[in-house]
Amino acid sequence: MSNFRFSRKQLCIPYALFLICFVVLPLAVVVYYAFTDGSGSFTLGNLISFFTNGNTIGTLCYSIVTAAAVTAVCLLIAYPTAYVLARSGLKRGPVLLMLFILPMWINFTLRITALKEVLTVIEGNLSLHPFLNTVIAMTYDFLPFMILPLYTTLLELDENLLEAARDLGAGETEVFLRVTLPLSMPGVVSGITMTFLPAMTNYVILDMMYNSTYIMGSLIGSYFNIYDWNNGSMISLILFGLICLVSWITGRNSENDAENRGAVL
Amino acid sequence: MAEESKKDRRSGVLRAGALLCAAALLTAMLSPASVRAVQAAPAGNAGKVSGDGKVTLRIANWEEYIDEGDWDEEEIIELDDREGTSILGENSMVEDFEQWYFDTYGVEVEVEYSTFGTNEDLYNQMTLGNEFDLVCPSEYMFMKLIAEDRLQPLSEAFFDREVEENYYVRGVSDYIRNIFDTNTINGQPWSKYAAGYMWGTTGIVYNPDEITKEEASRWALLADPEYRGQVTIKDNVRDSYFAALGILFEEELTDPDFIRSDDRLERIAELMNRTDDATVEEAEDILKDMKTNAYSFESDSGKADMVTGKVLANYQWSGDAVYTLDQAEIDDYYLAYAVPEECTNVWFDGWVMLKDGIAGDAAKQQAAEAFMNFVSRPDNVVRNMYYIGYTSVIAGGDSDIIFAYADWCYGAEDDAEDTIDYPTGTFFTGDAADPDYIITAESDQADRQLYAQYPPQEVLDRAVVMQYFDQENNQKINQMWVNVRCFDLSSLSASDWVLVVAVLAVILTAVILFMKRFWPKKMIRRKDHRKEHENRKNIRG
Repeated sequence: MSNFRFSRKQLCIPYALFLICFVVLPLAVVVYYAFTDGSGSFTLGNLISFFTNGNTIGTLCYSIVTAAAVTAVCLLIAYPTAYVLARSGLKRGPVLLMLFILPMWINFTLRITALKEVLTVIEGNLSLHPFLNTVIAMTYDFLPFMILPLYTTLLELDENLLEAARDLGAGETEVFLRVTLPLSMPGVVSGITMTFLPAMTNYVILDMMYNSTYIMGSLIGSYFNIYDWNNGSMISLILFGLICLVSWITGRNSENDAENRGAVL
Repeated sequence: MAEESKKDRRSGVLRAGALLCAAALLTAMLSPASVRAVQAAPAGNAGKVSGDGKVTLRIANWEEYIDEGDWDEEEIIELDDREGTSILGENSMVEDFEQWYFDTYGVEVEVEYSTFGTNEDLYNQMTLGNEFDLVCPSEYMFMKLIAEDRLQPLSEAFFDREVEENYYVRGVSDYIRNIFDTNTINGQPWSKYAAGYMWGTTGIVYNPDEITKEEASRWALLADPEYRGQVTIKDNVRDSYFAALGILFEEELTDPDFIRSDDRLERIAELMNRTDDATVEEAEDILKDMKTNAYSFESDSGKADMVTGKVLANYQWSGDAVYTLDQAEIDDYYLAYAVPEECTNVWFDGWVMLKDGIAGDAAKQQAAEAFMNFVSRPDNVVRNMYYIGYTSVIAGGDSDIIFAYADWCYGAEDDAEDTIDYPTGTFFTGDAADPDYIITAESDQADRQLYAQYPPQEVLDRAVVMQYFDQENNQKINQMWVNVRCFDLSSLSASDWVLVVAVLAVILTAVILFMKRFWPKKMIRRKDHRKEHENRKNIRG
């Protein structure tokens, strides 16, 4: 007992254990499978086949287009919403924000099922516009993830800066374009990361909306379904690399943005 | 004292953590084959009868695929058989088995029951090291397991018809027995390893108000542009491939000479199990047509979409067809089931014992075989059929309970007017016209649940088993399926590409222009600003 001293460091043991068991080790398994073939010997064949197989490239393009469309629509809806919520001094701002966040308390499969019924009433037959429906459903599901970061950044915006810009003769449009928008870029960036990446892989929504074209998530699933763990792992790994890349680029940008903030100051 | 115990606990936690890490590391580093070997060893010990003579039996079955008991009093089934049996599921089948096994053999058995959602799930669970003794996959999966030599053969005692408790071998329908005896994989008949559980055909559930029976009796309905967005297709390669071949070989399969030929079944089986490159390619084209034409590829949602009227036809297994028809009937919505004229796929779910799980333990194998027999006991068969809605492979043997149950389900009321005599002898005795096995049913049952549950002779004349394809062909067909489902870049026309490039160009220019025009010029001016800022502060100060 005497040599046991409690320190704050020990508080992270549970998390470290969790990290090792559920993040590091599984990743190691994925890497192992990605670079081996069925018999367990080392190969780069999986990597090469990813880039030479028309299907995987086609799926990658389709996923990117889907995700880009979802992100764009989310941004177009979320920015004005967040702006109004944060900037226009509404009396019940937080309550309104809550209304946008509220759907997240309900499981998304339930929400999508409900949305399906609504869309069926509107469109008549869901299967005629699979791409459109997918974009609508994903937008519906991911919108709060776009609104929240935007709302937070816009809320923190320094009113003095806007005032200063107006004093110096900028019109409202110019204030928005030159001050508000650049300053809210960190929010935009984190919003994009939080919608674009899940949109590339969330095939449950895709399936539920009866879109029978695979996206990256379903492609990985299909490989695991036919016991081809090696190719499945390689695709997961490449997707993981892609995610790292996007996070790195956006991360760098937002650092710049932090500096930009300084610039305006 | 208290301190000591705390210390103990802490070192215990540490030890447990270390063990966990070590185990996880081990799992990560070993290939699946060696994981299996490592796990098989302790499994053998676990299976051994422990000190108090208790046997543990690990069973994996489909979800909701066995009677779970707890029926309401009014659900009691009073049958019109020789003994006037009445059946009520009070406890779950598994509990009843444990009790029965103890009463019959004087040995305690503990069943660890788990479920799986798809055959592939089960297989992946087994690969990941989950050990089971007795599992209930579909026929193609147990064929795969036989081919991989992972199954424990059934014992000779299991086939002894003299023993009263051998309900399976005494009760199984001759039609099914014949299929299990004659279908082989690597020269070994199914019956050496597998005892059937449920079976059925594949066909099309349709809305008879919108689609005629003739239309629904053709696989081509699934790709018919006239019903664009009105039919659903199965989201698995085997069923979809079968339907595609049905369309591909339609002409040949419906040729009168072909139908009249003596070896029709063999010829259908040959056609429907073809995997040569040309066939697979043509099937791919048909499936691509189906993809654009269908409402959805589904594995579960089709039933609900059919019942709610979102679609008019639904590629379905007969068991789920019965469920769909039953559900729709609750809303006074009458659907029907058709088996295409070309051919149908007769499918089975069956019990097999795993070599790794049983691990040479005779007591365990006996319990596993007793379980197969217990679920084949006629009254239990009725309970399961009532609960699941599928058709059991058991015809009943000496007992007439199962036929009585079919009659209880579908027999018309005495005062019903529009009735037909529906023969079920093919399944029950092998003689289609057996007068003892004719159900007097309402006439629409010839297109509905009765037809789905007990297909007549003319359907079984075109019902073939879809074989398990070997590694190479399997891969080919799976690849074909991925091709169907993935977005095909070459399907884009030149104008599409122009559009894509144009959109990209517009977006890029807009972003660049915007950045140039409005983005704060940073770095250089930043320093100036800061200086100015400080100056101002100084002045104010």
